[in-house]
Amino acid sequence: MLRVGILSLQGDFAAHARLVDRFGGQPSEVRTAKDLAVVEALILPGGESSAMLRLMAPEKLDERINDRIRAGMAVLATCAGVILLARKVEPDQSSLGLLDVDVARNAYGRQLHSSIESLRLDSRLGSPDEMEGVFIRAPRITRVGKGVTVLAWRDRDPVLVTSGRVLAATFHPELTTESRVHKYFLHLVGCHG
Amino acid sequence: MQILNEKFRVKAGLAEMLKGGVIMDVTNAEQAKIAEDAGAVAVMALERVPADIRVEGGVARMASLEKIHEIQEVVQIPVMAKCRIGHIAEARMLEALEVDFVDESEVLTPADDENHVNKHAFEVPFVCGCRNLGEALRRIGEGAAMIRTKGEAGSGDIVEGVRHMRAVQRGIRTVGILDEHELMAHAKEIQAPYELVSWVAENGRLPVPNFSAGGVATPADAALVMVLGAEAVFVGSGIFKADDPDRRAIAIVQAVTHWQDPKKLLEISRGLGEAMSGLDSGKLTPEEMLSRRGW
Repeated sequence: MLRVGILSLQGDFAAHARLVDRFGGQPSEVRTAKDLAVVEALILPGGESSAMLRLMAPEKLDERINDRIRAGMAVLATCAGVILLARKVEPDQSSLGLLDVDVARNAYGRQLHSSIESLRLDSRLGSPDEMEGVFIRAPRITRVGKGVTVLAWRDRDPVLVTSGRVLAATFHPELTTESRVHKYFLHLVGCHG
Repeated sequence: MQILNEKFRVKAGLAEMLKGGVIMDVTNAEQAKIAEDAGAVAVMALERVPADIRVEGGVARMASLEKIHEIQEVVQIPVMAKCRIGHIAEARMLEALEVDFVDESEVLTPADDENHVNKHAFEVPFVCGCRNLGEALRRIGEGAAMIRTKGEAGSGDIVEGVRHMRAVQRGIRTVGILDEHELMAHAKEIQAPYELVSWVAENGRLPVPNFSAGGVATPADAALVMVLGAEAVFVGSGIFKADDPDRRAIAIVQAVTHWQDPKKLLEISRGLGEAMSGLDSGKLTPEEMLSRRGW
């Protein structure tokens, strides 16, 4: 069974673990370099990106994750996870730069502007071409690089993008009953539960 | 049930994001920045930390709006603020100020000694304190999207926090072994809404995240409440009343992540200087105990 790591420093990692388990992967919590070494794919969950960065520092987990992804490990990032992967973050914050997009943190506003929206989907995610997206103090993708494909939109904003073996959502597919994003990811990593 | 509607899911969604993290009490922008840099997932804007409220006495109210705004301006993480129990107007003002979470808190002097705010009527999510399952479900029934056990704020003594977390967890386990025909009588006994008691019986947990507050002074205290089932930790006076707030803040954040790893906890806890001095909460009179406020 494919061992899918979930970065579990902080955030809604347990919600991701439940979905991985349901679709035939073996969820594995990642808090240390040792935990990271044994997983075959990785999920960067929702939470607070600044807290995750701080918690990655002691064991240089950021550099280790960077190395693994560059070596071909597949990764699913949601919300804060997208901020960790982005090329550039507004306001300025360090990031792994592995996904060629720029993001603005909290771009839709404070919690009062968090919402559930209807998303328009690319045909690669199957039918129907609509899906619910839960946005919690979400980042906005402000630039999409050349090699990046958009798979879902909120009005005109790209909210689900992919490039190589990276899949990134600015919303929270782990907080809905709709599980197509996780199924798509597990398919991407070659896990057919 | 209102807890399953869209508005409530968005409120509880933010609480989900804060899991495994530390929410720190701060009284100005400088402390807020220290908290964010240390890895706090949110800050709680206050006029005075609970330890000072105890010493100075007087009526403790919502923080000044300038203070909250100043804190909102310097951090990207969520900013919470406290209103007095039952103070509907303070709560509405905090909502208008767009704080990310309102804490209807026993740490402030209650405005209403009979009623809490109807939190369903608000767009902003609320967190409320509790000492046991019944109190937690009453607050959720009123619309709280996050629960925190009260502990004894500003004491630096973890015993009340432990008592309250154990009571909630024991309450959940108790509901789980009851026969379905016993649930209404149990709801009557713990004075909680029947629908929520049934929900807990079926799911084996609270319908919203359950965090711990009150009395955390060391990384070990933070790890202890996580062992007992807390999903995140509020730290009040424990950081900015200690010798070296910056390092203690970082250590407590790491302890909440690595609570299952005693070797990590050793590493994290070295060289922090003195913790806040603290009060033995067993020696407080009932009137001095903040956790007895609210019902």
